[in-house]
Amino acid sequence: MDVFGSFALVLAFICAVYAFGGGIAAIITRHPLLVKSTRQAGMATCCLIFLATFSLEYLFFSDSFSIAYVVAHSNRDLSPFYKIAALWAGQEGSLLFWSFLLAIYVFSVLVTYRNKNGELMPYVGVVMAGVQIFFLTLNNFVENPFKALGVAGANGAMDLVARADGNGLTPLLQYPEMVIHPPNLYSGYTGFTIPFAFALGALLARYPGEKWIHLTRKWTMIAWMFQSMGILLGAHWAYAVLGWGGYWGWDPVENASLLPWLSGTAFLHSVMMQEKRGMMKVWNVWLVFITFLLCILGTFLTRSGVVSSVHAFANSSIGGWFVGFMGIILLVCFGAYFKNRDYLKSENQLDSIVSRESSFLFNNLILLVACVAVLSGTLFPVFSEWFTGNRISVGAPFFNKVNIPIGLLLLFLTGVGPLLAWRKTSTESLKRNFGWPLGIGVAAGAIAFAFGFRQFYSWVCLILCVFVASTVLLEFYRGAKVIRARSGASFVASALELTMRNTRRYGGYIVHMGMVFVFIGLAGAAFNRDVQKDMRLGDTLKIGPYTLVLQGFFTEPEKNYTAQRLLVEVLQENKPTMMLYPEKRRFSTTDETGTMVAIRSTLQEDLYVVFAGTSPETQLPVVHAYLNPLVKWIWFGGVVVVFGTLVAMLPNRRAVLVLSAAQQPAAQPVVHGLPSSVTLREGHD
Amino acid sequence: MKKQAKFGVGISVIVASLGFLAWLGYGESKTYYHTIAELETLKGSAKSQRMRLGGTVAPGSIRHLSGRIDFVLEGEGKTLPVSYIGTDPLPDTFVDKSQALVEGHTGPEGRFVAEVVQAKCASKYEAAPGGKGGAAPSATERSGM
Repeated sequence: MDVFGSFALVLAFICAVYAFGGGIAAIITRHPLLVKSTRQAGMATCCLIFLATFSLEYLFFSDSFSIAYVVAHSNRDLSPFYKIAALWAGQEGSLLFWSFLLAIYVFSVLVTYRNKNGELMPYVGVVMAGVQIFFLTLNNFVENPFKALGVAGANGAMDLVARADGNGLTPLLQYPEMVIHPPNLYSGYTGFTIPFAFALGALLARYPGEKWIHLTRKWTMIAWMFQSMGILLGAHWAYAVLGWGGYWGWDPVENASLLPWLSGTAFLHSVMMQEKRGMMKVWNVWLVFITFLLCILGTFLTRSGVVSSVHAFANSSIGGWFVGFMGIILLVCFGAYFKNRDYLKSENQLDSIVSRESSFLFNNLILLVACVAVLSGTLFPVFSEWFTGNRISVGAPFFNKVNIPIGLLLLFLTGVGPLLAWRKTSTESLKRNFGWPLGIGVAAGAIAFAFGFRQFYSWVCLILCVFVASTVLLEFYRGAKVIRARSGASFVASALELTMRNTRRYGGYIVHMGMVFVFIGLAGAAFNRDVQKDMRLGDTLKIGPYTLVLQGFFTEPEKNYTAQRLLVEVLQENKPTMMLYPEKRRFSTTDETGTMVAIRSTLQEDLYVVFAGTSPETQLPVVHAYLNPLVKWIWFGGVVVVFGTLVAMLPNRRAVLVLSAAQQPAAQPVVHGLPSSVTLREGHD
Repeated sequence: MKKQAKFGVGISVIVASLGFLAWLGYGESKTYYHTIAELETLKGSAKSQRMRLGGTVAPGSIRHLSGRIDFVLEGEGKTLPVSYIGTDPLPDTFVDKSQALVEGHTGPEGRFVAEVVQAKCASKYEAAPGGKGGAAPSATERSGM
């Protein structure tokens, strides 16, 4: 099976080279057969990558301990669930997994548009094949996952050997979320290849109009959604597994995943400027280019450990490849831009500072500043060493100082932006749209202040969250009211109808609402508390409204590890509420330990209990308890964001009601082939 | 022109104030990377900076004392006594011969006072959990939000 997999990878590489070279030839000659054959070569590349990936999984499931990668990341007792995750547990497999996910996207694109957009697709195909060639080069020649274990035999030749069992999967990964977090994040990273390929393809082809934007909107949203889920699942994994009580540490690998999300979010917003007003074309193209570069950079940072490795200068063999690849991408992007930049002329100018355009502009500016701040902070050790010879790093205070105000500004724009009119907003409309929400927000702030709320940033965040939530709810309320007046349906049904008529706009509102929930959760972090204590059986520990009583201490052998488990009873106002079982696991194959945090999570707060080991002085178990308010809102907000994104991807339902001309303007012009829904007021999508 | 000027002012105010915050944060958290051998050659103010050192934990050197944990880091043939004074428990991977990064300041009598200790097990060379985490060895660091 390893030979089969290797062979599939080599063939995939050859097909990708053909898709790339043949594609260029097809663009020059415009020969229809050549176009078709390169497209099919692209599909074949993808299928071969699928086969290679499946064969690596097969090797895991068949316990083939003659393969180095399987030995390093699996063992016989590993549950099948984690044998799937073992695929991306190491360098070689992760890179193959990157190729695999990219192949899913590329295959879907090639199939979806096989008979459409004939002028554009050969360009797109060439760009996608180019990216695939890079990763297949790594898979085949640099980090091949199918290497067999060998020892130098007596006659100097290598003999193959097989181990009886593998080293096992690192305990950090033996957690359900680790099975879904990397696929999500990698789907985000790889997914941005598609908008990149379309943007670059359209620029190279001088493809007329904004069509590439309409074509890529859904692909961008899919990638963005996966990226969002990946980031949040990663945060949740860190929270539940690493046992330090937090979910985000501004670690280089975390930052790497945030960067393309920031620029991708900026792109999702600024394309609307191009669709509606023909502006910011250069900006949009560069945003896509930058997002893709940040995805590659993110993969590079994650895979190479250039910044954070414990060996301060650990250079893995792939670093140079990634730097080279990013250099080539930049060159190609600059080349295409300078050759065809006249194609990106803006059709309009900014009219007013209080307009939808300017809110998008500020949104983009702020997201980009966040991006630059996070990027420079992450790469600071690398750059400071280049320029000054000293390797200097910056820590959480740097990132928090910049990004908390940025986050709050963005939250503010989330509330304001969607309700501003295009071109110019009248004072009248400002009053109508923002009067109530602003009042409610300020009132909430005043009440909180009166009750002794004194954390400045959290307080501002609270006001903004209430403000944004009110604007969103008010929008749903007003829209639903109009529909209800005509159809007589219930309010919920009217709101649903409203959403289905303009999924893009109301899906967007749902996403914004989800972000409000996330911010509520983030604001809670200002009130985190923790205590630590060596505990005898029967000892108690108080934190907030809870009293923890240590009731037991067990050691239990499990299939793949030995668990040391604490039995902690939780009392709330002296009433027994529940039992928690924080544990430490010692994995037999690697002699490594893992921490399983016990969390009691409510919307109000998380009680987070860690078994922090045995105290060397007293030989007693050490219990570390944290009280983290509002954390659950973050995960809940994430679910809402994903839901909203899915809604925004649905096609609009046609309005069935006949609307009176007096109150409603005529339906908007047809946008990307779908009749957009009725406009309720000025200034809406 | 007036309109552009307004935008210009708005943008500059935002960027300048964020830049100022970034500068504050930088001053608060910048940490110099040094090797154990370099430590002896540092002079003047360079000695009192917050710094980060890497090395291998000398076998048998970990001693748990009240309020701190002492151990010895080895690297490039030099040794450095370290006292960890952080409140968080040391990571699971912090054992004899593990590779460790310590962050803190030089203290009296050549002892390094660490507030943060990161460690990676020497047996597991591959730094690689997919997506994340691998490049981030277990740490006592509690930062972020």
